[in-house]
Amino acid sequence: MPQRLVVSVSPHIRIKGNIRRMMWDVVIALVPATIASIYFFGPKAIYIIFVTTFSSLFTEALIQKLGRKPVTISDGSAVVTGILLAFNLPPGIPLWMAGVGGAIAISIGKQAFGGLGHNIFNPALVGRTILLISFPVVMTTWSPPRFVPFDALTYATPLTALKENGALTPLKDLFLGNVGGCIGETSALALIIGALYLLLKKHITWHIPFTFIATTGILCGIFGGALYLLLFHILAGGLLLGALFMATDPVTSPTSRSGRVIFGIGCGAITALIRLKGGPPEGVSFSILLMNASTPLIDRFIRPRKILGVK
Amino acid sequence: MKARSFRGGIHPPEEKITSSLPIQELPLPQRVVLPLSQHTGAPAQPVVKVGERVKTGEKIGEAQGPISSPIHASLSGKVIEISDHPHPLGPPSLAITIESDGKDEYHPDIKHNNEYFRLHPNEIRQIVKEAGIVGLGGAAFPTYVKLSPPEDKWIDTVILNGCECEPYLTCDHRLMIEKAYEIIQGLKIIAQTLEVTSSYLGIEKNKGDAIRAMREEMRNEANMEVVPLKTKYPQGAEKQLIKAILNREVPSEGLPLDVGVVVQNVGTALAISEAVRKGRPLIERVVTVTGRGIKNPANLRVRIGTLFQDVVDYCGGFRGKPGKIIMGGPLMGFSQYTTQVPVIKGTTGILILPQEEVKEVRERACIRCGRCVDACPAGITPNLIGKFASKDRFDWAREYGVLDCMECGVCAYLCPAKIPLVQLIKYAKAQLAGAKLES
Repeated sequence: MPQRLVVSVSPHIRIKGNIRRMMWDVVIALVPATIASIYFFGPKAIYIIFVTTFSSLFTEALIQKLGRKPVTISDGSAVVTGILLAFNLPPGIPLWMAGVGGAIAISIGKQAFGGLGHNIFNPALVGRTILLISFPVVMTTWSPPRFVPFDALTYATPLTALKENGALTPLKDLFLGNVGGCIGETSALALIIGALYLLLKKHITWHIPFTFIATTGILCGIFGGALYLLLFHILAGGLLLGALFMATDPVTSPTSRSGRVIFGIGCGAITALIRLKGGPPEGVSFSILLMNASTPLIDRFIRPRKILGVK
Repeated sequence: MKARSFRGGIHPPEEKITSSLPIQELPLPQRVVLPLSQHTGAPAQPVVKVGERVKTGEKIGEAQGPISSPIHASLSGKVIEISDHPHPLGPPSLAITIESDGKDEYHPDIKHNNEYFRLHPNEIRQIVKEAGIVGLGGAAFPTYVKLSPPEDKWIDTVILNGCECEPYLTCDHRLMIEKAYEIIQGLKIIAQTLEVTSSYLGIEKNKGDAIRAMREEMRNEANMEVVPLKTKYPQGAEKQLIKAILNREVPSEGLPLDVGVVVQNVGTALAISEAVRKGRPLIERVVTVTGRGIKNPANLRVRIGTLFQDVVDYCGGFRGKPGKIIMGGPLMGFSQYTTQVPVIKGTTGILILPQEEVKEVRERACIRCGRCVDACPAGITPNLIGKFASKDRFDWAREYGVLDCMECGVCAYLCPAKIPLVQLIKYAKAQLAGAKLES
């Protein structure tokens, strides 16, 4: 007679994948953009990434310890938040400020709501937005990438250049990342490589990135004055970083496919509205945060069609 | 041609390690334990007493009420006990234990009927009912009830289910190869009873030999067709099968009858053929004994009531230490706490997972990845229903379609947070059923 049989409710087999693997896959997907950020902005980029990641991990562990909860920093989610926050910071930011950003992202953006899975807003964007409001000058001062022929202390991002001077940055520079901006947002190529990995691993679906990018591009192309601006608007600013890595955060986006389509279109429309009519040159962060807030509503009204029933 | 299918689903490792092993006969056990409840509906009532001698095939339990099924002695011998005994589907329940006299003498009423095709549908229904036939795919719903649709339902199609989409299980697969003729006779009897003209047999594409065998046997039959289906779980679920073959959708909380269809498992068709043509009640079935925790996996023809322990012993015992013993497949089967439970009518398989394959997993918070939603064949939102159930919001669980769930396990299989979604759903259903009883 066998001893100690395990008795549990079906199913008795499960996939190997788990949240930790998903999160570390996201970290892997962010490696190309990390390399690009170091390439274009020098060692400062890796310092920023290191500081925000460490501060995110430390804050998460501290809060969980104080709250007498199991410390779950090995699940990789705080690392993802740290790297994404760093990607959304300008290269000239003082390191202490980046550290504060990581602490805010985890404490207010994530743990205040109950930790992973319970937060309403993308934690990295909460961190970035609070920094932007608190330190508006630092957060909008851009130093040039290393491969710009002239020496300057400040430098305009492609979107600022367009909004203020009507100047167009060459698409090739936008695609490779040789432009001013947040450290992780400039290289479209690196971001796309990372996102393809996530698509391949089925951690994200095409719904949000495609609708987000297409909506922004089309609206900016139609209402931005000239149709050829479509590609410019897709490659410039934080659109690819936001659409591929931030808006696709499963926790803060709708669960159904059709819900995700609505979410992506909403993000795209708000981004285009801010870019074309708003004060700031860029609106990706705000658009995602606003749609994060609408996610519970979308999930409430958009449900998959019940198909086959069993009595 | 693209294989037909349904929305959602999964394709887990197939693990059909016994698919090429012919069905063997398990030697008569010393004793059988026959629970009086082996079917959906009311338990049967014992009609024998302790000490009484019975013959193989003799009725020992009488059906009670409109949905029930009789129980028959699966070997000849003496009734030695009528008491509670461990049951593979729940708490110990009333069972009749028969000790074999080793002779396996059949009851004299069991005789062939060569004129069976002249039988009136109602006579067939009576035979099927009296033979104790229930759905052998696992659900064990009394078959005569399915063969007696209400007057107002127009049935035009019979679908025979040969999908066997659960990993590991191969009993239906082997039956289709070895008993193709009998299965088709069973299908004809079902069609004759329901007075329908079109019949289909759905088989997943991974069983090419079964598809060929059934097609070969069917070549001279009119109005009968084998439909190869995509290998995808849960292809064998009634409503998914109907969708795949006929593209008809059974309404939410409805039945196949509502779209003019009756679905029967291939094993059930065989049992019907045996009962109608040969007069044999349901006293044996084919069971797949499988998994990496058993020495010699096999497909066995087993008398109902044989204890799991006897089956395991015949298969050479456990390999290593068993971690889980499951009645049925890995996705919908029931784990057992003892090997003293009997094989019942709905036992499709005995799956033994070794200890190293049974890992305790830590549950995490849902990260709303939506994999369960995308893959749910019923088109409901298991993540939200699970959340409602864990907060005892059964009204919301119901609103979000918990009653449309067939507990196929796709959601929990995929969940990266390892949330026991099926358990939560079963809990919510039980609470809703309880509330309904009270009101």
